[in-house]
Amino acid sequence: MTRRDIALLVVGIGIALVLPRVLYSALALRIVLWALFAVSVDLLLGYGGMLSFGHAAFWGAGGYAAALLAKAYQLPFPLAALGGIAVAMALAAPIGYLAIRRRGIYFAMVTLAFAQMLFYVVNELRDLTGGENGVQGVPKILPGISLGRTSDFYYAALPLVLIGFFVAYRIVHSPFGHVLVSIRDNEARAQALGYPTQRYKLIAFVLSGGIAGLAGSLFAIGNSFASLELLHWTTSGSAVLMTVLGGMGTLWGGGVGAAIVLLLEDSLSSVTEAPGIVTGAILIAIVLGFRRGLAPALHTAAVLAWARLRAMRAAREA
Amino acid sequence: MSVLETRDLTKDFAGFRAVDRVSLALDDGKVHALVGPNGAGKTTLFHMLTGFVKPSSGSIVAFGADVTGLPPYRISRMGIARSFQITSLFDRRTALEHVVLALHVADPVSLHFWTPERAVARYRERAIDILEEVGLGLVAARTADSLPYGQKRALELALALALEPRVLLLDEPTSGMSLEDVQRTIALVRHVRAGRTVLLVEHNMGVVAELADRVIVMQQGRVIADGGYEHVRHDPAVIAAYLGQIDA
Ligand SMILES: Nc1ncnc2c1ncn2[C@@H]1O[C@H](COP(=O)(O)OP(=O)(O)OP(=O)(O)O)[C@@H](O)[C@H]1O
Ligand SMILES: [Mg+2]
Repeated sequence: MTRRDIALLVVGIGIALVLPRVLYSALALRIVLWALFAVSVDLLLGYGGMLSFGHAAFWGAGGYAAALLAKAYQLPFPLAALGGIAVAMALAAPIGYLAIRRRGIYFAMVTLAFAQMLFYVVNELRDLTGGENGVQGVPKILPGISLGRTSDFYYAALPLVLIGFFVAYRIVHSPFGHVLVSIRDNEARAQALGYPTQRYKLIAFVLSGGIAGLAGSLFAIGNSFASLELLHWTTSGSAVLMTVLGGMGTLWGGGVGAAIVLLLEDSLSSVTEAPGIVTGAILIAIVLGFRRGLAPALHTAAVLAWARLRAMRAAREA
Repeated sequence: MSVLETRDLTKDFAGFRAVDRVSLALDDGKVHALVGPNGAGKTTLFHMLTGFVKPSSGSIVAFGADVTGLPPYRISRMGIARSFQITSLFDRRTALEHVVLALHVADPVSLHFWTPERAVARYRERAIDILEEVGLGLVAARTADSLPYGQKRALELALALALEPRVLLLDEPTSGMSLEDVQRTIALVRHVRAGRTVLLVEHNMGVVAELADRVIVMQQGRVIADGGYEHVRHDPAVIAAYLGQIDA
């Protein structure tokens, strides 16, 4: 880890810890879980060059699986989330296998098609999934600890969320991650060197699906509710939007994007009739203003601020 | 047994025959030059030999095994390395990172997504040796997109060498190079050919004359001459093929 990474880590954990104190807990929980979801999209898009437009499938599959497991077997939520991850990854394997054979917009279309299929299947399986009513009354269980308030669940779930972020970080900064970026940049070259590029892309896809599944599991359990909205195509779209907004290929940009989108929606919903339109307009402005997303701009600003601070201190000492 | 052999290898692009029933057997340990006018099918043949283009018909045999239709990575792993006619690098990676990436391809650690990246740091020493071998020792830390053209070509060569291939396929290794770089590349190929079979596409006949033990001439997808440089140079079919070609 570089000093910059450690600084980012400390800042990130600090923010995560105080978030429910600054905002209300439900919003804080939404932000960290969508951030993790966006990170899973960034892992694929920013590092693998694969734009998934169907990541709601994994967020939703994780959410439904965890909700059903928690409800049927009264499982502690971390175990239910583990089940959610497993289901999401099991689903990501065949979808990824077919999707990675396509590139660019075709890849996006294949992922979208599968996500839509899952949406209809889940809707049809009413006996299991409750159809349009969703899975309601999902218990939040952790032996010996009461998770009655949303802030309780937030802090109980935070370690798992942080593990999710750490896994993404670990992947990106591993030999595998480096090969993945090389494949993104020049797949033919990587093949000529002897790398089975499809295998790398598939593994990245499944890992990304697993992280999305973790986020979705915690989201459903945290809300005590799994609904079709988890699987809706706009959910996939939001995750991509957050990633692009924050800055692809940075991981933490996904967090920035999630925070901005959700804070905007939340604060605008009380002042305007059409928060969606206003949010959309602001987001378009940001995307147009910062071509590479907000993260690089924020990074530059932080570096400048740091340099200014050091200069001031040096001036004071002189 | 030849290290690399084609049998009636053919490639049709939408009705256009780019490679036409080519049957070739490379001589173990020799340097072969593949020459021919623009559009003769040399690069397409290379692409088929390395799995990047699927043959329309015919077969490829490497080290006695049928490799027709195998994906590029499998062929590379068998010890058949290639460079690209159009420089193909990872723009924002340093020269050193390029060679390290090539060196750890067969190491299972490449697939470890849970291991810190320093796990591959042990390949750096060897990578620096290879970069020095191709004359890039001083620019190891520069990114590929910042290198001048000649050095990019040298990096292509370094990548192929890092794979320690038994067969080395070089598609126009000297194209666009300064005279000095061309001389350096000739010396380099002489140096690395030991124990290897080399096939190079080359338009510069000076380079061909200096390096090639055997010259294969293609025209319109077909092999029209095959033999020693002096022999091929006086072949009437070759002279006819090259009429009007300035770079012949
Ligand atoms: N993907 C493709 N689709 C259609 N035609 C192609 C394709 N690739 C090559 N060709 C055609 O096949 C012919 C042979 O091309 P190739 O690149 O193999 O020639 P070459 O001998 O390498 O030429 P040069 O010396 O210019 O590199 C050319 O006419 C080219 O236009
Ligand atoms: Mg060519």
